[in-house]
Amino acid sequence: MLTKDNALVWMATFSQEVIANKEFLSELDSPIGDGDHGFNMARGLTETQLALEATPPATLTDVFKTVAMQLLSKVGGASGPLYSSAFLAMIKAIDNKDTLTNEEVADMLQAGLESVMMRGKAVVGEKTMIDLWTPAVLALREGSLTNDLIDTLVEATAPLKATKGRASYLGDRSIGHVDPGSYSSGIFFKALLSSGVLE
Amino acid sequence: MRGIVIISHAKEIAVGVKALIEEVAKDVPITLAGGLDGGLIGTSFDDIQQAIESNEADELFVFYDLGSAKLNVDMVIELSQKTITVCDVALVEGAYIAAALLQTDVDNDVIFANLEPLNIK
Repeated sequence: MLTKDNALVWMATFSQEVIANKEFLSELDSPIGDGDHGFNMARGLTETQLALEATPPATLTDVFKTVAMQLLSKVGGASGPLYSSAFLAMIKAIDNKDTLTNEEVADMLQAGLESVMMRGKAVVGEKTMIDLWTPAVLALREGSLTNDLIDTLVEATAPLKATKGRASYLGDRSIGHVDPGSYSSGIFFKALLSSGVLE
Repeated sequence: MRGIVIISHAKEIAVGVKALIEEVAKDVPITLAGGLDGGLIGTSFDDIQQAIESNEADELFVFYDLGSAKLNVDMVIELSQKTITVCDVALVEGAYIAAALLQTDVDNDVIFANLEPLNIK
């Protein structure tokens, strides 16, 4: 069951893990992007944690509202508006409820995924975060999402040829590299698994 | 009134393009958003919103450099009351043509027709 309290744990874990891996994430972004994904996300999530501490959210919706607004304002790269769009759509899906069942959490994340697809005008198979979110949300719905599966899904982006985003300029040369947006999204879903939300 | 907004990942590009197109568009309101705080490369939702809302014009043509700038612009547009056209054209040439044509007060159709061959995004 998703609550305000475990949503805060989820977001804190997501932030800590992205910040801890910011150099690695930016390294992933170097051969196929502009080498700033980790630094951008770490900056946005550092600000997010500061904002959550400065003004403790009153509701579940407020948790994600703070995350969405901070990521939009502070990230600087494409991942800012993309993640922010996901959180804004998740807020709509929460519909002011205080708690969400596991099925409703899957619905919420599906809404987030659809918003990312609309914002980025991208679909599955273009080597973007959508390639992580799509199978992860599906597995979540079936109760089969694990850390191992997430690792497999992240690795599965390597053979894809990028046709959206900065990496698409590289064409075939984007093949063989893990997609950084999928890697950070993997952290997002692993943080969900460890936060107690689904118990 | 119609105006122009220039958005770049680098502040110097945005400032430079604005200076360039002002030469042919003395009466066209032009605002810009470039880079991030501290001279970092990127685009800021807040700065783009500021550039759009502080522009005197209520009808805006937006020119940008790279795709992630457009993602931020799209989010600003959803929250703005202004009439905004994001032009998916070469930044320098597109902004220059639009500025020159806006200065001569031609219809939007003429501007779009002249921008069409510069569509590269």
